[in-house]
Amino acid sequence: MFEQLESRLTTTFAKLRGRPRVTDADLEEALRDVRVALLEADVSFKVVRSLVATVRERAVGAQVVRSVTGAQQVVKIVHDALVEMLGSEAVPIARAERPPTVIVIVGLQGSGKTTSAAKLANLLRKQGRKPVLVAADIHRPAAVEQLEALGRQLQLPVRRVVDPARDAARIVAEPGGDTVIVDTAGRLHIDEAMMAEVEGIVAATKPHDVLLVVDAMAGQDAVDAASAFHARLPITGLVLAKVDSDARGGASLSVRAATGIPVKLMGTGEKLDSIEVFHPDRLAQRILGMGDVVTLVEKAQEVVDQKEAEEQAKKMLEARFTLDDFYTQLQQVKKMGPLGDLMKMIPGMGQLAAQIPTGPETERELKKVEAIVSSMTRAERADLTILNGSRRKRIARGSGTTVSDVNHLVKQFEEMRKLMKQLGPALRYHGPLRR
Amino acid sequence: MSIDSGLEKTRGGFLARLFGRTQEPEVTEEWLERLEEALLRADLSVSLVDPVMLQVRDVVREGRAKTVPTVLDAVTDALVQVLVTEERRQGGTPRVILVVGVNGSGKTTTAAKLAKRLKDEGARPLLAAADTFRAAAIEQLERWAQRVDVPIVSGRPDGDPAAVVFDAITAAKARGHDVVIADTAGRLHTKGHLMDELGKIVRVAGRAREGAPDEVLLVLDGTQGQNAIVQAREFTKAANVTGLVVTKLDGTAKGGAVFAIANDLRLPVLWLGVGERPNDLVPMDPRAFVTAMFERGREGRPAGRPVRTSDERP
Ligand SMILES: Nc1nc2c(ncn2[C@@H]2O[C@H](COP(=O)(O)OP(=O)(O)OP(=O)(O)O)[C@@H](O)[C@H]2O)c(=O)[nH]1
Ligand SMILES: [Mg+2]
Repeated sequence: MFEQLESRLTTTFAKLRGRPRVTDADLEEALRDVRVALLEADVSFKVVRSLVATVRERAVGAQVVRSVTGAQQVVKIVHDALVEMLGSEAVPIARAERPPTVIVIVGLQGSGKTTSAAKLANLLRKQGRKPVLVAADIHRPAAVEQLEALGRQLQLPVRRVVDPARDAARIVAEPGGDTVIVDTAGRLHIDEAMMAEVEGIVAATKPHDVLLVVDAMAGQDAVDAASAFHARLPITGLVLAKVDSDARGGASLSVRAATGIPVKLMGTGEKLDSIEVFHPDRLAQRILGMGDVVTLVEKAQEVVDQKEAEEQAKKMLEARFTLDDFYTQLQQVKKMGPLGDLMKMIPGMGQLAAQIPTGPETERELKKVEAIVSSMTRAERADLTILNGSRRKRIARGSGTTVSDVNHLVKQFEEMRKLMKQLGPALRYHGPLRR
Repeated sequence: MSIDSGLEKTRGGFLARLFGRTQEPEVTEEWLERLEEALLRADLSVSLVDPVMLQVRDVVREGRAKTVPTVLDAVTDALVQVLVTEERRQGGTPRVILVVGVNGSGKTTTAAKLAKRLKDEGARPLLAAADTFRAAAIEQLERWAQRVDVPIVSGRPDGDPAAVVFDAITAAKARGHDVVIADTAGRLHTKGHLMDELGKIVRVAGRAREGAPDEVLLVLDGTQGQNAIVQAREFTKAANVTGLVVTKLDGTAKGGAVFAIANDLRLPVLWLGVGERPNDLVPMDPRAFVTAMFERGREGRPAGRPVRTSDERP
């Protein structure tokens, strides 16, 4: 999700940055591009209209036109407007002071409620809670059996109901766990009888969290539907489902903008552990092509020691990064997962990632790099300037490659360092390493 | 897409002619903005809406059209034209229909409704439960089969979906069914291995009966936005889609993403899902579909659909 919106805006901003001074016409063109990019990403028509108006107003107020830093300012204004739209803090799932915590999952048909309920149970259990699932979708054929099958996979209890409101309340009174997750039937927001049913469930179970599941592929109607749900139910959070699609996700984000309900979770796959806590600030940065360095750093933390990771990130930004560090990282990166996935998190690499050939060829390339670097001495890795012709020959021989392979790697590495040097200030400015 | 042809027809209905042109409201800037809003809110792609609005503004500025009905008719005609495409399905016996799409779009429900419809028209359909992946997907279609009283061939959970389709076609031949409707697992078009699996189902169907499947119906959730276009492209690549079904149009969503699909891929929209009851599948009527886009809110349902009451739910 979101990649295409990211590359679209990156192109717009690159164009703008290329201008020595921003003219009125440049600004209008950029705003037109932003509008089309957002609409193509399914951002709600109304949200787009107000976002473009806000950006124009602020750009005029900031006198970006003819200013030397005009382009950067516009990017910043769009960035801030998007962050406002997304919200900035991650909001956790409720935890009642006196158990059980009750969570009711609602949404349109086919949005992904049942799977989300099971994934949430799985996530909470990992956090040390004792979830109980309630199969309150008595309408869709075999919906109860579906949740029961998922419960069996997770080895978590699933309770049946006959009258959803009455029986769910009974289960809440005697849960046999500390968190009750109620999966309800899919319904249309204009279906009076069905909306009354879910109101009844909420009234009877007094939930701490009412989560509305929104399909990441949803279109313009999502805001109306969500607003209608919110008008009848105290929705406390959104779950974005099917984020692993290539949808640009604008509608689901517009729901946040239009209703103020925070996105709490996102579903990223069909497996029962494919669920993640939502970090809006990181997302805005990624959409703007600034990458998700925080996620990258966190991912690294799973395999790397935290201090070391921070030190390396700092080195990278200050361009003190050596081939030795690179080699250590390469080893760690190999543990972290497919290269393409990681690339997407690196600033400005979103588009590049799409072009990176993954598979055996890349693996071969990486092996070569590894062989070359491991044939270098520590001193050579720390300071590439000492690499004269004979050293290069030795390295080539030692690694079973050619001198031109060695030259190529050295050149690439120098270029990367230059790039990091340029990006460094921007990254620090946007503060992705804050936490 | 051009709105010119629509402008050439004589304008206005009987009443308009009776009361004269003066009764027709003039196009104002505010109305133009509302028109654009209606199109965008219906999930029409901005790449279609922008050129249409440019044309509309041109003809209004040049005085070639002045009144709301004139412009609306012209836009409606242009949109209807986009939806008129050729049928692609082939024929064979038993006719094999594969139902495909992303997760939760309405495949299983559509498969059952279609079986009911074909049975009511005198055919002898056989359902095939080839979603062996999702929990309780087989039970779901089995319930539906019972409800619409159509026989079914089921796979085993985690079994090979292609084998289920093969078995169903073979069983249809043996038992004299003239049409097989196979429900498949929901899959995101971004998952290469699942799309390959779909390709395999298609190939194996061809082994069970030369030329099968005759129809590959892509079920699109009408509440989805521009991603539907990518879905159509990818599913067509993997499984040669022959037609579209747009579901959940009994809500307030309009399914306007199909215009770009029809425009780019020339795929016909064949059926509309308008509810969760067995009879809630209606043949596509392009004009009614377009007209519905210009209606807001609750009245958005396709023409002639009654409002559902709760006791009619499945
Ligand atoms: N309101 C409405 N609901 C529909 C329509 N078609 C399907 N549904 C509902 O949407 C939900 C999902 O439908 P399914 O038929 O299970 O969808 P599917 O594509 O088979 O789902 P998976 O197999 O899980 O990918 C169910 O609750 C259906 O009752 C429709 O036209 N209108
Ligand atoms: Mg299904």
